[in-house]
Amino acid sequence: MHRQVANVRKSLFDQGYLDEQFIQLEELQDNSNPNFVEEVVTLFYRDSARFLSNLDQALEKRSLDFGKLDSLMHQFKSSSTSIGAKKVKSECTQFRNYCNARNAEGCKRTFQNVKKEYTILRKKLEAYFQMSRQVGPTETACRPSSRLVMPIVPLYLYLFTSLKQQTSYTDDVLLLLHTAINSGVTS
Amino acid sequence: MATTTINPPELHVLAVDDSNVDRKLIQKLLQISSFKVTVVESGSSALQYLGLDEETSCHRFNDLKVNLIITDYSMPGMTGFELLKKIKNSSALRQIPVVIMSSENILTRIDRCFEEGAEDYLLKPVKLSDLRRLKDSILKTGSQTQTRKRKHKNDESPNFSYHDRTPSPPSSPQQSQTKRARL
Repeated sequence: MHRQVANVRKSLFDQGYLDEQFIQLEELQDNSNPNFVEEVVTLFYRDSARFLSNLDQALEKRSLDFGKLDSLMHQFKSSSTSIGAKKVKSECTQFRNYCNARNAEGCKRTFQNVKKEYTILRKKLEAYFQMSRQVGPTETACRPSSRLVMPIVPLYLYLFTSLKQQTSYTDDVLLLLHTAINSGVTS
Repeated sequence: MATTTINPPELHVLAVDDSNVDRKLIQKLLQISSFKVTVVESGSSALQYLGLDEETSCHRFNDLKVNLIITDYSMPGMTGFELLKKIKNSSALRQIPVVIMSSENILTRIDRCFEEGAEDYLLKPVKLSDLRRLKDSILKTGSQTQTRKRKHKNDESPNFSYHDRTPSPPSSPQQSQTKRARL
């Protein structure tokens, strides 16, 4: 289950839904504020509903006010950037380019993409946070990747020295691996 | 033998941002950086907090000493730039360093802010490292010297980079390339 959460998290980055800003958020989370990331993201959903609704209304007008559209999208893009919503941010940039070019069709088309990416991201994040809550706060409070590195170093040293002594090291390796993973999980 | 530990004084920051998400973020970033934080959502609220009457520009005394103001640039009503100007035009408040935050890397905007007396211009999203650097700078030099360091982001940057703010004509593109600010 721990690994599943880590894999889901990794896929969000690998597939380009999130960028390093999300990691910055994770780094601000600690035991005194164990749900910080989810709190920020929830604020983002709330604000987004408002921004997207305003944009919808503005795009329905017969004659588009590109200045206003750009300004509204700037707000939404800012929030998206702040939580690391990479694909959403990219569509927002496209939208603003169309605004600058005063291209109404382009704006309307891109706005559909903005909403689509937002909806996809939201679903994925909601699933991710739900999973994280099930495994418990310690596993996701800090970046998990950093904790596995430390036990690995002494492991390699041991392997090297064991090889030199030509001892039967397979059992020892398995024991060390087991200890390393356990210490990584519980520390 | 007695030892005296002198702790650096806790700086009180007033953060201004109309975005709920960004307000929560900057508050956390500042707290982790060991600032005492007050957050408001508009320039008007900021001036009210600072005791400056918006209309008369009169300052009423208050003892909520603010050591630093950090404000978003793009805000409805009063922009961060307008807030900066009002503060720098107030004899009571002008010595408080004002930092601008913006998601937009626009040189003319950056220049204008520094010309108006901004202490620094941070590109959003603001990072812990930005605040660490800012805090060191504020503690070391106070508000006497203006810091010239700016961050450069590749993904949203124009073709040319920042140039040093020396009283010389604007750098040519070739010069700018070599003076590219560190990431």
